Amino acid sequence: MPKNNINIKIGGEAGQGVESGGAGLAKALSRGGLQIYGLSDYMSRIRGGYNFFQIRVSEGPVYVHTDPVNLVIAFNEEAAQAHLSEIVPGGGIIYDKGLKVDTSSWAGRQVQAFPMPLKEIAKQIGGSDIMLNTAALGGAVGVTDYEFERIADVITQNFKRKGPQVVESNVKVAEAAYNFAQQNYAPDFDWKLSPIPGPPRMLVNGNQAFCMGAIASGCRFIAGYPMTPATTILEYMTAKANKFGIVTKQTEDETAAILMAIGASHAGVRAMTATSGGGFCLMVEALGLAGCTETPIVVVLAQRGGPSTGLPTRTEQSDLQFAIHASHGEWPRIILTPGSIDQCFEAGLRAFNLAEKYQTPVIVLTDLYLTTSIRSVELDAFDFSKVKVDRGETLFPEDMDKLSNGYYRYQLSENGVSPRAIPGHEKGVYVAVGDEHNIDGSITEDAEVRNAQMQKRMQKLETARRDIRPPEYYGAKNPEVTFIGWGSTRGALMESVDRLKASGTRASMIHFADIWPFPEEATLKLLEQCRETIAVEQNYTGQLANLIREQTGFKVDRRINKYDGRQISPDEVVAAVRKGVAANV
Amino acid sequence: MSELKLFNSVEKPTWCPACGDYGILVAVKQALAGLDLLPHQVMIVSGIGCGSKLPHYMHSNGYNSLHGRSLPIAQGIKLANHDLTVIDVTGDGDGYGIGAGHFTHVIRRNPDITHVVQNNFVYGLTKGQASPTSHKGFVTTTSPEGTIEAAMNPLAIALANGGTFVARTFAGDPKHMAKILMEAIKHKGYALVDALQPCVIYNKINTYDYYRERVYKLEETDYNATDRVAAWHKAIEWDDRIPIGIIYQETGRPTYEEQVKVLKAGPLVKQPLDGRPSEVYESLKAELV
Repeated sequence: MPKNNINIKIGGEAGQGVESGGAGLAKALSRGGLQIYGLSDYMSRIRGGYNFFQIRVSEGPVYVHTDPVNLVIAFNEEAAQAHLSEIVPGGGIIYDKGLKVDTSSWAGRQVQAFPMPLKEIAKQIGGSDIMLNTAALGGAVGVTDYEFERIADVITQNFKRKGPQVVESNVKVAEAAYNFAQQNYAPDFDWKLSPIPGPPRMLVNGNQAFCMGAIASGCRFIAGYPMTPATTILEYMTAKANKFGIVTKQTEDETAAILMAIGASHAGVRAMTATSGGGFCLMVEALGLAGCTETPIVVVLAQRGGPSTGLPTRTEQSDLQFAIHASHGEWPRIILTPGSIDQCFEAGLRAFNLAEKYQTPVIVLTDLYLTTSIRSVELDAFDFSKVKVDRGETLFPEDMDKLSNGYYRYQLSENGVSPRAIPGHEKGVYVAVGDEHNIDGSITEDAEVRNAQMQKRMQKLETARRDIRPPEYYGAKNPEVTFIGWGSTRGALMESVDRLKASGTRASMIHFADIWPFPEEATLKLLEQCRETIAVEQNYTGQLANLIREQTGFKVDRRINKYDGRQISPDEVVAAVRKGVAANV
Repeated sequence: MSELKLFNSVEKPTWCPACGDYGILVAVKQALAGLDLLPHQVMIVSGIGCGSKLPHYMHSNGYNSLHGRSLPIAQGIKLANHDLTVIDVTGDGDGYGIGAGHFTHVIRRNPDITHVVQNNFVYGLTKGQASPTSHKGFVTTTSPEGTIEAAMNPLAIALANGGTFVARTFAGDPKHMAKILMEAIKHKGYALVDALQPCVIYNKINTYDYYRERVYKLEETDYNATDRVAAWHKAIEWDDRIPIGIIYQETGRPTYEEQVKVLKAGPLVKQPLDGRPSEVYESLKAELV
């Protein structure tokens, strides 16, 4: 068995410590130089139900989860049975021996049972049942032969706030379980882990990555209303508010959230809001106002399963066409669809520059998978020293002082952008308005003016094309099969390309991380070199495939659509390709 | 030195002759000049409706936004630049109907914003439908047999939600309105100024004469505007006698902006976007290792 190559699932009820246990284990492994992809699968409830946290471990970078599981840590009976079909032969399940687990079918599946006195250890050594999950983590580390000190360090750090006694008890509990697993099960378990040298890496999710980019590029205002999976953006920015001089506001609803951001931006501050589909529905009218008044604003739309409340804690990519068309009338917008946690950071950096450069809304489309999954990222990958704040044609007081010929906010221009005065200067007094307007902002219904202002605004979309990156091409030069995707499926598609290559199929990927204005020329150029094309999307209708048809006339050959709320894995993509038919996974 | 004419605009109002909005426009300009404010120091935010065109008919910064949505925009502007004097102008449908959700919350936040509501008890720009403040039985195109809902009482709502400045004025007395508006703008916190405004086309009940027969000025009585319980009585007083003036004022409560730590360093818009030492940014990564 290859060393340092394992898939671990930790499962249990909400409230049993699945998420925190998983995060602790991931940290202990990441600090040992191993690379992690962590997937969080949870239900829309605070207690009960069934949740799991999955950790994929590798010595090289990983951009996606995979399906076959080697080790399950079960906090309850359900967890002990839930993943049987995913466990590879020789894999095992750690659980407390007090649980009533029916293991009768396991031997036939070549699944090993690793019952452990977790509760007993927690009670006798730690003095409390609560430490059961600490014991389970100790057991997991023990069965894989990983260094105990690594998990002990994380436990020490995590419980530091609760005092030295709590730290000591937890470490002792973990150690006892570690020793038990070492003695009883480690010899029979093939997948081993050991630290390797490597640069320090952070474990970061898509929302954190985006926020870091946003803060670095000067976002100083966020208003939002809690909605999964966007809530952690508002929480992260709030936690950093004082340190970075950010004003954050939880509003009465999403309508107010985007409007406050528009107000703050109008007054000259880089501003954003973040929400999911339902909240974005409420923001739609205001989005058009920002388009008409030419107010820069960044909106993160972290997608989840729809329609309506849909699958609140599950992933989906079904809002692409909605984002492109949201709000009545026609106005320019820019849409970014980052495909990895790293690209979420970049989106945070770029979005505010683009918004101010083109004085219009920028929508960043992510999804639950990207926002909640964690990945090991080298510290250097997020390079703050390269950040360039570009405020475009914003007029600051010193610029206004020099103005001699009067100021017209909506002055016509070749590139569609008009210099934007920050309100508060005596030469820059004007009224912004959602009605059609003259160059000074006064309301008009004049046909000629209407045409001129409409053309000016829409010209910005054409000008913005120079900042839109062409789709990414990955894989074979002369491909037999090409995957087409956008957003979070990038990791699965790249790995599928690699796997097909390993089995002798020339495959490639075309991935869109910038999707609007649609890079039609670059897309067509890439597509013309492809033989069989397959659009892989987490939606029912194939929104990207349809968009490509609409924008280029090119008809994608096949589609793989998945809309069950679970992120597609490379295993599923490759299996669907081999089936050779258009398949809904 | 400021003066009223600095706020004059070349735009001609599209309001009907004798509309109450004219009186409100004059009062706003008078109040601003009276407080020695200059056009660039003021931001007038409005929604949609006849009266919400007001920012176009005077010279000052303005944001003529969406129906019902001006209050959050005004709050965003104030949070970004609290040096600006922010005045929000809405109608009754705008501020109390479609925007009621924002109205109830802006009160409890107490930002330093003056909210003038041109309250004519009817939808004017859409040509005469019932509004949230229309009194029961009010006949309109959408309520031909008279409205069957109770009228909303914005002053009582403001009091209930912890409003720190609650006033009512009458568009037929711009001088008095300007005086109250000056007090409202000077007030540190959210100030509601409900302006009784006759709609000469679509409201044949709440006319200039209707109000002239009924209004009386609280400051001409021995009324104590710092008494919240007494204010409650005044807020629900209607029919024969209608009080105008300051119904309630509570001073000393901090504004929303004053309680935001980041803003102690000055208006957000004047704070630098970058220039923090690189270690500060690096700390964001370090905490995730």
